[in-house]
Amino acid sequence: MSRDLKYFQAINEGTDLAMAADPRVQIMGLGVPDPKGIFGTTAGLQEKYGSERVSDLPTSENGMTGVAIGCALAGMRPIMTHHRLDFALLTMEQLVNQAAKWHYMFGGKMRMPLVIRMLVGRGWGQGPQHSQSLQSWFAHVPGLKVVMPTTPHDVKGMLIASIEDDNPVIFIEHRWLYNLSGPVPEGHYSVPLGSARIMRSGSDLTIVATSYMAVEALRAAEHLATHGVQAEVVDVRSLRPWDEATVLASVARTGRVIVTDTGWAAVGFSAEVVARIAEAGIPLKTPPRRVCLPDSPTPTTPALAAVYYPRAVDLEKVAAVMCGLDLPPQDRAVTIPLDVPDMTFTGPF
Amino acid sequence: MPTIAPRTTDPATLRRLYRDLVRVRMVDERIAELYPEQQMRCPVHLSIGQEAVSAGVCARLERQDWVMSGHRSHGHFLAKGGSLPSMLAEMYGRATGCTGGKGGSMHLIDLEAGFLGAVPIVGSTIPMAVGAAWGARSRGESRVVVSFFGEAATEEGVFHEAVNFACLKKLPVIFVCENNLFSVYTPLDVRQPGNREVADVARGHGIESVQADGNDTVGVYDLAGWAVDRARAGQGPTFLEFKTYRWREHCGPYYDNDIGYRTEAEYLAWREKCPVERFERDLLASGVVDAQGMTEIRAAITRELDEAVAFAKASPFPPDHEMATFTYAE
Repeated sequence: MSRDLKYFQAINEGTDLAMAADPRVQIMGLGVPDPKGIFGTTAGLQEKYGSERVSDLPTSENGMTGVAIGCALAGMRPIMTHHRLDFALLTMEQLVNQAAKWHYMFGGKMRMPLVIRMLVGRGWGQGPQHSQSLQSWFAHVPGLKVVMPTTPHDVKGMLIASIEDDNPVIFIEHRWLYNLSGPVPEGHYSVPLGSARIMRSGSDLTIVATSYMAVEALRAAEHLATHGVQAEVVDVRSLRPWDEATVLASVARTGRVIVTDTGWAAVGFSAEVVARIAEAGIPLKTPPRRVCLPDSPTPTTPALAAVYYPRAVDLEKVAAVMCGLDLPPQDRAVTIPLDVPDMTFTGPF
Repeated sequence: MPTIAPRTTDPATLRRLYRDLVRVRMVDERIAELYPEQQMRCPVHLSIGQEAVSAGVCARLERQDWVMSGHRSHGHFLAKGGSLPSMLAEMYGRATGCTGGKGGSMHLIDLEAGFLGAVPIVGSTIPMAVGAAWGARSRGESRVVVSFFGEAATEEGVFHEAVNFACLKKLPVIFVCENNLFSVYTPLDVRQPGNREVADVARGHGIESVQADGNDTVGVYDLAGWAVDRARAGQGPTFLEFKTYRWREHCGPYYDNDIGYRTEAEYLAWREKCPVERFERDLLASGVVDAQGMTEIRAAITRELDEAVAFAKASPFPPDHEMATFTYAE
């Protein structure tokens, strides 16, 4: 049975099911049991599973990541949370030097079942240190897995798959997905890590999208369809490993590709996708394009943030050029504020 | 200061401590002897001069207790019961090494012996040891976890983060600091203010903290016994600072008193406090082990070493196709 859940509810349900199924699963992080419960994703868990398995932590990100690694070495299956990815930068030593390499550097003698949840902020003035989308950093490192689920269905299924995986998984959640609703099956299911999903089929153009940009890509595709251009939207879902086969097959079908990522274009995941398309020798009708963040830190003021973040309209403009479509000019100064995901969002997080 | 039992005099215990102590010394001396052959193609950080801490602490642990360590881990690994052949084979980069050649001297592991792993990033295993203690307790297991590190690790943020958490959760962890006065070539007095002791800094976290002579094998053993008893009784973590000295270069087999970061006189003063010679004098004086007994103990270790070195040198290198094996767990 499926019913509609919001993204954050799907995370909560996936965590709950994983903890009920396996007493080794534990969740820890600053604020996990607090009244806000990591934006609702951990609400009610401590009441159900107790304070040893559902733990608040000191504000010691790197040390506590070491503690989580130690728990994994002792046979637990920890989930760690960060309200913003930016705080997880304090943990790069433990994640990159230690967790990512533990299985390899000790000759396969120990496993590292560890899920690190981190949120990417956007809008309402998140600014330079509450909005970074650094999936490419993590995806650069052999030994880590990196996922960015987009839909409520996928976030639950991929969270369960991540918890059940014996490798460290960087689980990146975009804040603007939190209130999206969608069908979520009841009970336990998993979405395999490393598989992309075609969200919308089309024959003229492939839009390869990560995380929240898949939502914008769908909006763009719907608008383009009204002008006779059929865009295929591929939600990458998993950046390491990533589903090259699905992406390359789609691009080979359409002959046109836009890669849109929530992170910076330069030296980022979008560059990897374009490089693999080139290396695979897929013939393209037009040069590949990327629609990602411009090369600057995130501005705080809504005036500049509106210019900083690409949206559906930006994808549409690029697609129109690639497909030789004469779209009527659109004004960026629009009717709804550009610093919130929808009108129900009233800040401050 | 803790109230600890009278100094251990039990002959069997002293003999065991002596053997463990001399074994660490002899293994590292053999490594130093073989290293110039250039067949061990990985960094080595020798424990020579600091062996009493390894021998004294690990003799208080049971097999199911866990140890984690840093770059200078040979002594900890051996004293906890880590396999000597697999350690030497690892240094020779062989498939029979404890990680099959993936890790080398800086990544020793022996799960059967309770040696959970060592890594060379300073301080990194300290929070892991704390987490391992927490995880084990969550699983209903009774284990003491020892974290070995040098005094430089107390300059790392994770040290303080880990001690805070161990105190908060009252975990059965023993933080064992070997204060050998140097981080690579940088002396302690240019790294930390001179008006405080490392053990006092730790005490600021509310942990039981003791400073002691790190070259007194029996003294280390007795103090470790007190800390282990506290941990097993659920009284929480302990910090032990042992003053000791690294005789040879930071990394490699040679002496380096000539390069100018420390004086020959300072080295010689510590050389006088050699933990092995000191223990031998005590054992001879008390008659627990006589000269003949010491010769026999050393001869047995030499035979063990000869076999382990031969095993390591005769072992195959891992095949090319194992280059990426274990990047991910299946």
